[in-house]
Amino acid sequence: MALLEIRNVTRRFGSLTAVDDVSVSVEAGEFFTLLGPSGCGKTTLLRMIAGFDQPDAGAIVLDGVDMADTAPERRPIHTVFQSYALFPHMTVSQNIAFPLRMAGIAAGQIAARVRDTLALVHLEEKEQHYPHELSGGQKQRVALARSLVNRPRLLLLDEPLGALDAKLREEMQVELLEMQREVGITFVFVTHSQTEALALSDRIAVMNEGRIEQLDEPSKIYGMPKNRFVADFIGNINMLEGEVAEAEGGRIRLRVQGLGEIEARGDAALHAGASAAVALRPEQVRIAAPDAALDLPNRYRGKVHDFLYVGDVTTYIVDLPNGQRLQALLPNSSPGRAKFFEVGDAVAVAWPAEAGVVLTR
Amino acid sequence: MRSQRALRWLVGGPPFVFLVVFFLLPALIMVVASFRYPGEFGGLAPLFPTKPGDETGLTAESYTVFFGDWVYFEIFAKSFGVAALTTLVCLIMAYPLAALIARRPKGQRNLMVLLVVLPFASNFLVRVYAWMIILGPFDLLFNRFAVICGMVYVHLPFMILPLYTNLEKHDPALLDAAQDLGANAWHRFWRVTFPLSLPGIFSGSALVFIPVLGMFAIPEILGGKDDWIVGNMIKESFLGTRDWPFGSMLSLMLTVAVLAVAGGASWLAARGMRRA
Repeated sequence: MALLEIRNVTRRFGSLTAVDDVSVSVEAGEFFTLLGPSGCGKTTLLRMIAGFDQPDAGAIVLDGVDMADTAPERRPIHTVFQSYALFPHMTVSQNIAFPLRMAGIAAGQIAARVRDTLALVHLEEKEQHYPHELSGGQKQRVALARSLVNRPRLLLLDEPLGALDAKLREEMQVELLEMQREVGITFVFVTHSQTEALALSDRIAVMNEGRIEQLDEPSKIYGMPKNRFVADFIGNINMLEGEVAEAEGGRIRLRVQGLGEIEARGDAALHAGASAAVALRPEQVRIAAPDAALDLPNRYRGKVHDFLYVGDVTTYIVDLPNGQRLQALLPNSSPGRAKFFEVGDAVAVAWPAEAGVVLTR
Repeated sequence: MRSQRALRWLVGGPPFVFLVVFFLLPALIMVVASFRYPGEFGGLAPLFPTKPGDETGLTAESYTVFFGDWVYFEIFAKSFGVAALTTLVCLIMAYPLAALIARRPKGQRNLMVLLVVLPFASNFLVRVYAWMIILGPFDLLFNRFAVICGMVYVHLPFMILPLYTNLEKHDPALLDAAQDLGANAWHRFWRVTFPLSLPGIFSGSALVFIPVLGMFAIPEILGGKDDWIVGNMIKESFLGTRDWPFGSMLSLMLTVAVLAVAGGASWLAARGMRRA
């Protein structure tokens, strides 16, 4: 049985349906992520799991027990808040000791457990400091330590890395993963950052307008998006609109205006003439000199419109013959060489059939 | 750099001069006055003799009288008791109200604060006399109870406003966090809201406690002869017995006592903070 079961949960605010008939199961020990744009209902769902909000319909079941009548303070669930919500009048130790004191644990035991948890988050030397004396990353660690110290069944994290700068965020991602492995507590992580979600999660639920659009492991979410929303929300993607010319097995031929036929993969349940799109990741698109030998089924001529050099890679924006623009990614593996093509260069772009995913929704 | 200093003086100068002339100098004059002899018909006796037999120069007589009689100590003790009780009642009444206002939507909050200060729009004495009309029919006038009623009524807004200003700034996420970590309603108040509101409690208490000590109108109107506090004694010294040096001394002693209480309270608070 799953640790947490969300069964057909709906939450409305006036005429707005914030969470719309959502069902999810989270397994014990899992790092589960709710990913979506702001206003997609992920935070509302999180607040209902924590107990701060009640579903209008459906049930939230933890360890087989319906949580409807259990107040937040009685749920074995803790939350790491976006603003950290550290108690400003308490030291780091007192903050971490708070849940233990509330649970009525003996003072002698508290000190030892606070010390262990401080070690877990590498903040031993800060125990007597107040929150305002800490950096953003340190506050984040205290918030985590405070939520983990009495070993909840489930830890909810509400955009916990949102307030940190990019470098620190990457470090904290690694620490979060290590910490979760060490304590073995189930994490439900809410974020709007797809890179965070992809890097950390065992499974991701992509949410939009109160519904789960796709529930999968990161590589499936990225590589095999189920619809346009997921494809577009996660990473960069090229979309080529057209209509189905032929569908057979997992192979689909899509007719694109002014370009010809594209070979891609997708569900077989498509009939000829249906409108659809091919979603194509920039890093799957090969870009080469126009006369280069590329043994790939989808090959087109183009002209470099512009490029973005971001250090490790360069993104080329290529004008296709039908006027559409295609992004192609090229790693900068030769040191010191900023670019392989100039604006206005004629190039060839090509990709294998399995690189394109056909989407109908 | 220089122009910044000039600007500082331009902005800070006028109030500085004002306070030196109208606060610091009078306070010093009062200290000197408390060591002089009273004049024949009020005021102060001259410093230098104009005719033989005059009591002139400096004397500590006011202080000898004050420290020589328990009755003054008793009046001081009673005054501090009245002030403390008023402060406590104000605190108990103001806290829930301030918390309630602080949790309303922003638009409503300003309206409610306006309602809190609205009594100031009518005259102070009118409001105190109103209590005579309220308490009179029940035969509750001219006693300590009536004095406390009047004191609390007049000073309540001075407790509500600092408390509200403090509570309004509390991050609601802290209460969510406390609840999430296992704190019930009582612990959320006692471990989070209350300690964070201590600065508001202190400033509200100071704004009630200190003016109550110097208040003479309310005990005079609503209290009996037995309910006189330091403020009444000071007023009586200047306007009744016309002993200005004694009045100056009393008012100085009051200042010293208030500073001692405030100092003691802040010392206790600092110690409490360290322990908490």
